[in-house]
Amino acid sequence: MSSRLASIGAMLTAVALAAAAPALAQKSGGVLHVTHRDNPPSASIHEEATISTVMPFMSLYNNLVVFDPKTKQNSLDAIVPELATAWKWSEDGTQLTFTLRDGVKWHDGKPFTSADVKCTWDRIIGATEARFRKNPRKPWYFNLKEVTTNGDREVTFRLGRPQPSLLAMLAGAFSPVYPCHVPAAQMRTKPIGTGPFKFVEFKQNESMKVVRNPDYWKPGRPYLDAIEFTIIANRSTALLAFIAGKFDLTFTGEVTTPLLKDIKSQAPQAVCEMQPTNTQANLLVNRDKPPFDDARVRRAMGLAIDRKAFVDIVAEGNGDIGGAMLPPPQGIWGMPPDVLATVAGYAPDVEKSREEGRKIMAALGYGPDKPLKIKVSTRNIAAYRDPAVILIDHLKQVYIEGELEPLDTPVWYARMARKDYSVGMNVQGIGIDDPDVVFYETFSCGSERNYTNYCNPELEKLFDQQSVMTDQAKRRALVWEIDKRLQEDGARPVIFHGRAATCWQPAVKGINLAVNTIYNHWRFEDVWLDK
Amino acid sequence: MGAYLVRRLALMVLTLFGMSVVIFVLLRIVPGNIADILFDSAGMVDPAEKARIVAELGLDQPIAAQYLKWIGGLFQGDLGYSYLSEKPTIEEIAPRIPITAKLALLALIFSTVIGVPLGVISAVRQNSGLDYVIRVLSLSGLSLPSFWLGLLILMAAVRYFGDIPIYTRTPASLWDELLLYSLPAAAVGFRSSALVMRLTRSSMLEVLRQDYIRTARSKGASAAAVNFNHGLRNAVLPVITIIGIEAAFLLGGLIVTETVFNIPGVARFLVEAIRWRDYPIVQNLVMFIALVVVVVNLIVDLLYSALDPRIRYAD
Repeated sequence: MSSRLASIGAMLTAVALAAAAPALAQKSGGVLHVTHRDNPPSASIHEEATISTVMPFMSLYNNLVVFDPKTKQNSLDAIVPELATAWKWSEDGTQLTFTLRDGVKWHDGKPFTSADVKCTWDRIIGATEARFRKNPRKPWYFNLKEVTTNGDREVTFRLGRPQPSLLAMLAGAFSPVYPCHVPAAQMRTKPIGTGPFKFVEFKQNESMKVVRNPDYWKPGRPYLDAIEFTIIANRSTALLAFIAGKFDLTFTGEVTTPLLKDIKSQAPQAVCEMQPTNTQANLLVNRDKPPFDDARVRRAMGLAIDRKAFVDIVAEGNGDIGGAMLPPPQGIWGMPPDVLATVAGYAPDVEKSREEGRKIMAALGYGPDKPLKIKVSTRNIAAYRDPAVILIDHLKQVYIEGELEPLDTPVWYARMARKDYSVGMNVQGIGIDDPDVVFYETFSCGSERNYTNYCNPELEKLFDQQSVMTDQAKRRALVWEIDKRLQEDGARPVIFHGRAATCWQPAVKGINLAVNTIYNHWRFEDVWLDK
Repeated sequence: MGAYLVRRLALMVLTLFGMSVVIFVLLRIVPGNIADILFDSAGMVDPAEKARIVAELGLDQPIAAQYLKWIGGLFQGDLGYSYLSEKPTIEEIAPRIPITAKLALLALIFSTVIGVPLGVISAVRQNSGLDYVIRVLSLSGLSLPSFWLGLLILMAAVRYFGDIPIYTRTPASLWDELLLYSLPAAAVGFRSSALVMRLTRSSMLEVLRQDYIRTARSKGASAAAVNFNHGLRNAVLPVITIIGIEAAFLLGGLIVTETVFNIPGVARFLVEAIRWRDYPIVQNLVMFIALVVVVVNLIVDLLYSALDPRIRYAD
């Protein structure tokens, strides 16, 4: 942990020094060439939950507000205006009113108005006939009752109860404002936004191209003439192409620890940042299926896990141990090490925990000669399969004999939807480092993404309690308490939080990656090429 | 000959019909559909929204009705829309076919130009040092996976030339295109050339032992005339067959090479379409490949009679 803290310190120092140094004069022009890992399902950010869509298409849009692109950590305290010039909460904290920017135009020349904002969130909360084909953001806005306009330049979000985190959700990459006059289907294939770049083309499995928006409302931005994303499905080819200088920037989070070593040895001039991806490997236990309906079995499973071993084996030590929230110092809400050590299954003495697990299982009638036989289901891709194999090995320590059941992606999701699994290994990306996003989406009773059907009315009250809090310190303490209970309850035990690197050529300037997200820093309006 | 051709064409139609049924049914047997995968990308599970997409795409219709709709469309030149890109299928498939066709053709030329002469030399110089070298070469061609060879080529190019010969944008000229495809064609053609080389060698060895070869030699014909005019001409029939099979295979079998060299051809596209369960793309593309295979087979059969006057197809 100390080396990690040191690296963060060094990184922050570097940023501070960079800020203190005389600013380089930004140069306009040039095309930024970026590798892309796979074919995005569509260009419509509101309909997707993948970085594959966000990274190439975030630059087409604007939000009402955005996480300050100059800071290294996304937080409620670092939100700056974008399409809104100002915002104000009502006294009771249930209404958030935005004053909108004048003179903003959509890429097709039509004016941006408050109706567009209303339209976008009406589609999300289902308040209009026009709807998205998929609506993954709906759980975020469960508390949003209505969006009203007051003329063309003012819009109010009306909530069921106070929820300060609404602003954080609106500041993330997943909350762009869409044009009212463009149908949802077109936004998937030929999107239109108000952002610094305009859509040119999206060739399936080949490339995506965006060009500078000459009418962008922010004077002098963007610097780049265009950005070209080339889909290179083979990771080795992509990194070799980057090393050969054919690309300026790698796809975000695509450089794993061993690959980073390759890049550093073959292209030492490359600038690389290794950071948390806010993606976690977690354990799914079907609590409706015997014997996992017995809390003691779930607890024994939790006690068998040696999280450090996962980090060492799967991520070559580049990972973080934590609960549902990203651990500090990069994460804002995660349990600090002293609190984490008090959570059952997180104690440093793994053997002692396993002994306790064995006792629980022995009391239930299991033992070395009579193990509990289970299937560990997972998606048949390396990021899921590798930790699943290690999990099976760990579970043996508490008399649970697992058999790997690798499933094709569609089968995996279909089975989860039907809750047709006993134990599963899952990998989950978190859009915004905020408790409301994580708790309501993953653990709230009835949420579509609550794959384990976990439902604890008592904790549900605590979710609401933390959600209305404005005092961040008090809220953080309550979030730790909730996270601890979620882990001990085996709601969806978190195994580890992943890290990965993003690299760019030294001529690329103006990239600032936040340390607690992979999603929210791809507007590209401040990026320029020193060529 | 005329009746033979008609019979073969009728068989082709029957084969293609059988293929269409097999493709269609197999695709539907594979678990999951586009809706499942779309929801995967959105990280959510909503049965109602999923059902809506399934209905929108007509996937809730009886399988026979779906099949008839597809075949009916095919006859009218309507290949439907890609589920994923929501563009006409023809617009997605058409630009990719020439890319793979060119790559396959280059690979085939490479394998023939290298494989046939080396096979002849190897047979003529049987059990010589040169024969052993060529045989080792052919064995390595068969043993080295083309993705590995491709990656080695890329790594060497980056290390020694500081450049990487992969497809990043449409080549500006035919020459650029030729340059771009030559290395992947060599990577994949190396394997094919090994096949061709081995078959040419064994076929030549068999022919060179025939009486008429001895006769040709005894009447004073030059070694080149014996080997090429009398030997190779008679040994080439099985080689033509294998080249034909390779040609058909290459059209759909370039997946690994296209992936490693990042070439946006049909093979990689087909695998992606299967992954997304993009039925219109998969069905039409597989049908196209099936059509190419049967046509190539027919051409190979017709070539037999052109190359060997002893072969005549009865009416």
